[in-house]
Amino acid sequence: MILYIMCFFLFLVGVYGAITKRDLIKIILAIGIMGYSVNLFLILIAYRTGALVPILKEGLHILPSDMVDPLPQALVLTSIVIELGITALMSALAIRIYEKYKTLDITKIRRLKG
Amino acid sequence: MILSQFIFIPLVAAFLIALIARKKENIAAAIALAATGWIFIVSIIAFFKLPAHGGMILTNTSGWDIPFTIGLVLDNFSAFMLIVVSLVAFLSALYSIQYIEHFTGKWNFFALFMLMCVGMNGVILTGDFFNLYVFMEISLISAYALVAFGTEAEELEASFKYATMGAITSTIILFGIGILYSVTSTLNMAQVGHILQNTENSKILFLVFGLFITGFGLKAALVPFHAWLPDAHPSAPAPISAMLSGVLIKTLGVYALVRIFYNVFNAPPVVLTILLLLGTLSIVIGGFLSLVQWDFKRLLGFSSISQIGYVILGFALGTPLGILGGILHLLYHSIFKSLLFLDSGAMEYATGTRDIRELGGMSKKFPVTSATTMVGTLSISGIPPFNGFFSKLIIIIACFQAGQSFVGVIAALLSIITLAYFLKVQKYVFYGKCNFKGILEKVPATMKFVLIVLAFLCLVSSILLIPSIKTVTLDPVVNNVINKTQYIDKILPFLGSL
Repeated sequence: MILYIMCFFLFLVGVYGAITKRDLIKIILAIGIMGYSVNLFLILIAYRTGALVPILKEGLHILPSDMVDPLPQALVLTSIVIELGITALMSALAIRIYEKYKTLDITKIRRLKG
Repeated sequence: MILSQFIFIPLVAAFLIALIARKKENIAAAIALAATGWIFIVSIIAFFKLPAHGGMILTNTSGWDIPFTIGLVLDNFSAFMLIVVSLVAFLSALYSIQYIEHFTGKWNFFALFMLMCVGMNGVILTGDFFNLYVFMEISLISAYALVAFGTEAEELEASFKYATMGAITSTIILFGIGILYSVTSTLNMAQVGHILQNTENSKILFLVFGLFITGFGLKAALVPFHAWLPDAHPSAPAPISAMLSGVLIKTLGVYALVRIFYNVFNAPPVVLTILLLLGTLSIVIGGFLSLVQWDFKRLLGFSSISQIGYVILGFALGTPLGILGGILHLLYHSIFKSLLFLDSGAMEYATGTRDIRELGGMSKKFPVTSATTMVGTLSISGIPPFNGFFSKLIIIIACFQAGQSFVGVIAALLSIITLAYFLKVQKYVFYGKCNFKGILEKVPATMKFVLIVLAFLCLVSSILLIPSIKTVTLDPVVNNVINKTQYIDKILPFLGSL
């Protein structure tokens, strides 16, 4: 249980960073932290105390009830790739914004109004 | 087979454009047009083929049975959404051929456009929670890139804002999916619904409801989560604004909310109450904020918030009439809001400005744009012969029938506010004295053609309400939503077991 609470705490760290930080790069990092906490959460769901690798093979006698859940591990791989894409896109946007505004401070990047 | 086309064809088109069209940019437009046109035809065929298949077509994406592979599900509701998406996509692609002449990197535009279609078709068809998340991200990432397509300072800023909020809420949705998986040990929507029906509802489900309402509510731009829309939608090129406001917020937001909360969670009353509240708030706040806008496209963006409130309000009432109103307004809004965004794009193309105070007296110089904007205005504010009148009337009547008279009165009053802010556009842009000093360009023929087609659809789509047509087109869609467990019951026989 303590692991889940710490995982949720990591999620809150990410939310805090994304809401309060003024630097574009720090916002991107905070979103990354949120993503990692959710990936950790998915892995924690799959975890079972004392369980073994989820592989069926001749000579390796592991009952399905003794395995960790393999599905969330596959999901985490996919979600890591998606987060990589978003991080890359947002970094590219941050670079272009820096070229236009000469700053990364979001309080100065305010040409849109209303 | 018919289902995998909806994802396969635009995906292949995107890759073909990226491969071939780098040198010859006209091919990019041709491929995009062919792909979206094909999808439009196939989606109409699929809708009318459904009754022969018992109302649902299922495709496994691999040799395994459904809980072990990803299943694509086509029922009347998703087929209806596919028609809406592919109609707007086809017309936007036709419009963009001439519109994006003054941008560089045309093939980039069309490749991203096709990827956005892949994502939306995937979200509509998928029967799997995680796959929903993946397709949602595909369409969102291409939408972020398309919003920044002009690479001006404002566009980059809007795109970054959109990307930040979108990425945070996508993470929240993934968190909700993780909790749902830990409760039910499956990701298939029908199986999740089946397991939740037969077990005691645990308290953790309320956390899932909250996460999903936040996540999909932001994608739909409901009011507490609306801040990104008035920046992002106006900053994109006009055909993309039409796609974003016309179908993207409806597919990722409204469709996902309705599919998940009606067909999987069996419409929990607490969620419907929250959606009713958020919908009403969106109608009021979106309506009043658009009154004070002077930027043409920004005004349309705020108006989208208000109109999406009507759609959510219709669905949240939970009565058959309310759902009919929601579905109708979803279709009609995608038609007239695309029309208005494309009109604003035509004006921007011709004059180079979006500030309505700088224009004036344009009705003589641009008769087609002026007339189609008038049709759009009358439709969106609900003047009788046009389609918006019928959908709003049905929603308001449904409000009174469901005992929500106060909400009904608000919805009726805000319809008048809608007329007010669109008449402001008419007065400042098309009538009155001309203030414009710059050079006027001609609106190209294909753009005019698309505007005329959409204006025509504004009038013609009202015939869906004639009883004999309604029974074959709209009633199956409403039945799909209102018979909540039908979706689960029809998929269950296909579930394999190890």
